[in-house]
Amino acid sequence: MPVLEFSGVTKRFGTLTANDSVSLTLEQGEVLALLGENGAGKTTLMNILFGHYQADEGTIFVDGKPLPPGSTQAAIKAGVGMVHQHFTLAGNLTVLENITLGTESLWSWRQETRTAREKLADMARDYGLAVDPDAQVSELSVGERQRVEILKALYRNARILILDEPTAVLTPQESEGLFAILKSLTAKGLAVVFISHKLHEILAVSDRIAVLRRGAIVGTLATKDADRAQIAEMMVGRAVTLPRLTPMEPGAAMLEIEGLSTTGGGASALRNIDLTIRAHEIVGIAGVAGNGQRILADVLSGLKGDFAGSVRLHGKSLAAGRPRAIVASGVGRIPEDRHARGMVGDMEVWENLISEDIRSREVSRWGLIIDRKRATARAERQIAEFDVRCEGPDAETKLLSGGNMQKLILARALSREPSFILANQPVRGLDEGAIAYVQNRLLEARQRGAAILLISEDLDELMALCDRIAVMSHGKLSEALPTGARTIAEIGLMMAGQDGDRQAA
Amino acid sequence: MIIEPRPSVSVLRAGLAPVWAILAALALCAVLIFWTGTSIPTAYFLLFKGAFGSAFAINETLTRSIPLIFTGLAVAVAFRAKFYNIGAEGQLYAGALAATYFGTGMITLPPVLMIPFLMIVGALAGGALLIVPVLLKTRMKVDEVVTTLLLNFVVLLLVSYLIEGPWKDPMSLGWPQAAAVIDEGVLPPLLAKGRLHLGLVIALAASVLIWAMMRFSVLGYEIRAVGYNAGAAEFSGINVSRTVIITALISGGLAGMAGVSETAGLKGYLTLDLSPGFGYTGIAVAMLAQLNPLGVIPAAIFLSAVYVGSDAMSRAINIPTYIADVLVGVSVLAVLCSVMLSQYRVRWRT
Repeated sequence: MPVLEFSGVTKRFGTLTANDSVSLTLEQGEVLALLGENGAGKTTLMNILFGHYQADEGTIFVDGKPLPPGSTQAAIKAGVGMVHQHFTLAGNLTVLENITLGTESLWSWRQETRTAREKLADMARDYGLAVDPDAQVSELSVGERQRVEILKALYRNARILILDEPTAVLTPQESEGLFAILKSLTAKGLAVVFISHKLHEILAVSDRIAVLRRGAIVGTLATKDADRAQIAEMMVGRAVTLPRLTPMEPGAAMLEIEGLSTTGGGASALRNIDLTIRAHEIVGIAGVAGNGQRILADVLSGLKGDFAGSVRLHGKSLAAGRPRAIVASGVGRIPEDRHARGMVGDMEVWENLISEDIRSREVSRWGLIIDRKRATARAERQIAEFDVRCEGPDAETKLLSGGNMQKLILARALSREPSFILANQPVRGLDEGAIAYVQNRLLEARQRGAAILLISEDLDELMALCDRIAVMSHGKLSEALPTGARTIAEIGLMMAGQDGDRQAA
Repeated sequence: MIIEPRPSVSVLRAGLAPVWAILAALALCAVLIFWTGTSIPTAYFLLFKGAFGSAFAINETLTRSIPLIFTGLAVAVAFRAKFYNIGAEGQLYAGALAATYFGTGMITLPPVLMIPFLMIVGALAGGALLIVPVLLKTRMKVDEVVTTLLLNFVVLLLVSYLIEGPWKDPMSLGWPQAAAVIDEGVLPPLLAKGRLHLGLVIALAASVLIWAMMRFSVLGYEIRAVGYNAGAAEFSGINVSRTVIITALISGGLAGMAGVSETAGLKGYLTLDLSPGFGYTGIAVAMLAQLNPLGVIPAAIFLSAVYVGSDAMSRAINIPTYIADVLVGVSVLAVLCSVMLSQYRVRWRT
C-alpha cells in the first residue's frame, strides 16, 4: 500500500486550473521527484496536501486513510512534514527552541527540554543530522538551517517529507550533503517528495520521477530509465534547443575598462580592474557571490557613479551614475534580481516596458506626458517579439511567472539592439525552457555584433556560453582567457582566492 | 479558517470595498449608540439629516469637506510615494500663516490675482515646511513619520506665539487672533446663503489635476514607481531622492492650500482653532479613498458629513459628538480590513 496517494486532485483558481485531476502515489522508502516548470502546479499540489489550500475535487490518502482537506494540523498528525523553499525559522531562537516550537502545550508550565534534547540526539544519530541544539539559528549556515528544518519535521514524527526546491539556496557541496541525508532517511523507511526543476539534481537523488505540466501529470518514470533530453521535453512540452556557441571572429572593442576601483564595501570593493570586451564576444565573470560582481554591475548599469579609473563604451566615456544616459548610449541591462530591481510588480506590463526611456520622444510628449497609445503599441510589438505570455500590455506585472518576467526584461533591454549587454545572473531561478530562451537570445545578440558581459555563479553556464572567462575574487578580476584555457578545477581555485594562473604556470 | 488570495480582483469588488467598510463601521458604532440608550435608527437618521437633510446642512457639509479634500490629497500623494507625511496639520497652519502674512494688508492686488497669489504662497509655505523632513529622509534616512508629526506641534506653538504676540489683531477685543484677510483676498461665497466658498472649486480642481498628474504624466509615473518599488525605479534611471522631494513639496503644498482656504475662505482670520485636526483627518480621507485622488472627494464629503451630522445629532439627542471620532476611526480600520478582504478570501473549514 502506498504511504501517500493523490487521487484525482483538481484545484482551480478562477479560470486557471492549477492542478488538473492529479493522481500520484508515493511508496515507503523512495524519493519521488516532482518535476515541472515554474507555474506547473508543483507547489499548489503540496499546499493542498499540507492543508493550505482545499482541493476542488479529489482526495488525498495517507496510509490508505483519506486526509481531511484544508487542515495543516491533520496533515502533520498523519505524518506529513514540509520543508519550505524559504525557511520558516526564528533566527533569535536556538536550534532546540525552533524545533520544539509549537509542539508543546500552551498550558504546561515549563518547557520539556530534557526529553526534547534526548529525542533530538537520537534523531541526529539515526539519520546523520548533526546540529548543535544550543546554537542560535541566526549563526548557522544555510545548509545547517535546512538540516534544522528537516529535524523540525522529523521531530513531529514525519514519515513523509516534502522538500520544496531544497537546493535553490545551497552551494553544490551542500546539495551533495543534502542528498546523502535523504538517502539515509529513505533507508530508515521514510518517503520523500523532492520538488525541483533542476534536471541533474533529480537524476542524482530520486528513485522515481513524476513530471507535471500545466497542472497535469504528463508521465511517471523510474529514474534509472530516464534520459535528460527526454525529461526536459516532457516538462516543456516540446524539444528544447540547447544553446551552442559558434566560433566567431571578434570585432572592435565595445567596452574598455581600465584601472576601475571603488572604495568601501570590504571584500566587494573593486580593485584595479581591467577588462575589454569586443563585438561578437561573450565574456563571463565567474566568482562566489559578494566578491565585487554586484559593484561592477552597478557601475556598468549606472547605479554607482563614484569610482576611479576609466570605463569607455565604444570609445566614449561611460555616463557614470546616469542609468538612462547609459541605456541611451546603447547598453542593455539585465539586473540580478528581477523582482527587486528589474520590474515594478504593481505596475502594468506596458508601464514597465517604458521605464528606461520614459522621457524619450518615442513614448512621451516633451518628456512630460506619457504617450500611452504609442507606449502600448510598442509594448504589444515587444510582447509578441519576445514571446511574453501575458494577457496583454495592460496585465499586472506581478502576475507573470518568473520566466515571463525575465522575457519582459529581455524585451526592454534587447529590443533597442544594444551594442553592449550586461547580463547579471540572467537565468537564475528560471526553468529549463526559459533558460534556453534567454541564452539563445544572448547568443543571437552576439551574432548581431553585441559585446556581452555575463556574470554568473554557475560555471556550467559560463563554460557553455562564453568566449572568454575571467574570475573575480576579493574585488580583483583575473585576465579573461578563452574558455577551455583553464579547467573548472583551476577556476574553482581562483574563485577561492588562490592564484590559479600562477600555479598552472 | 483559511485565508487565500483571490485569483483576480474585479474593479467592482475593489471599488465597493470602502462602501462595505463604511457599512461595517456604522454597524459597529451602533453598539455604542445602543449603549447610550437611544434608538439606533433615530440616531443615524438624525446624523444623516444633520449632514444632508436641508440646503443649509448640505452647504455646511460641503464647506467642511473643503479642507479635508486638500489634506486628503496631500496625504494620498505622499503615501503613494511611500513618503509618510503625518504633518498635514502643521503644513495647513504654515499655509494659513503665509495667507495671514501676505494677505492682511502687506500686498494688495485685485481679487483675480490676489486669490491665486495667496494660494501659491500658502502652498509654498506648506511645501517649505516639508523640506527639512524630506532632506533628512533622503540624505540620512531619518523617519519622516516622526519628523513630520513633531513639526505639527512646532508650527502650532509658533502660531500661538504670533497671534498672542506680534500678529495679534488690536481690534480683536483681546481674543488671540490675527488681523483679517483683506477683502481682495477673501474667497467669495458660492451661494447667496451659507458659508460655502470658492475653496470648494479650487479643491475639486486640485483633485482632478492631481489625478491626471498621477495617471498621465511622467512625474506621476515616477512617483508611483518609487512608491511601489524604489529599487526597480532607481535601476530604470528614476532619481528616487528627487522624486520623493518633489512629492513632499506637492503634498505640503496641498496641505498649505487647505490653510489658505480656511483662513481666507471660511474664518477670515487666523486663530488657533482654525483646524480641528483636518491634517490628521486627511490621513483617514486618503485611506478611505485608497490613495486615489478622485476618491478623495467622496471620502472627504463622507467624513465631513459624519462630523457635521454628529454635531446635529448630539444637539438633538443625548449622544456626545465624540461618536464622530469613533465612527471615523472605525471606518479607517474597516477600510483596511475590507481592502484586504477584496484581495483575499476567508473560507471557513468545513
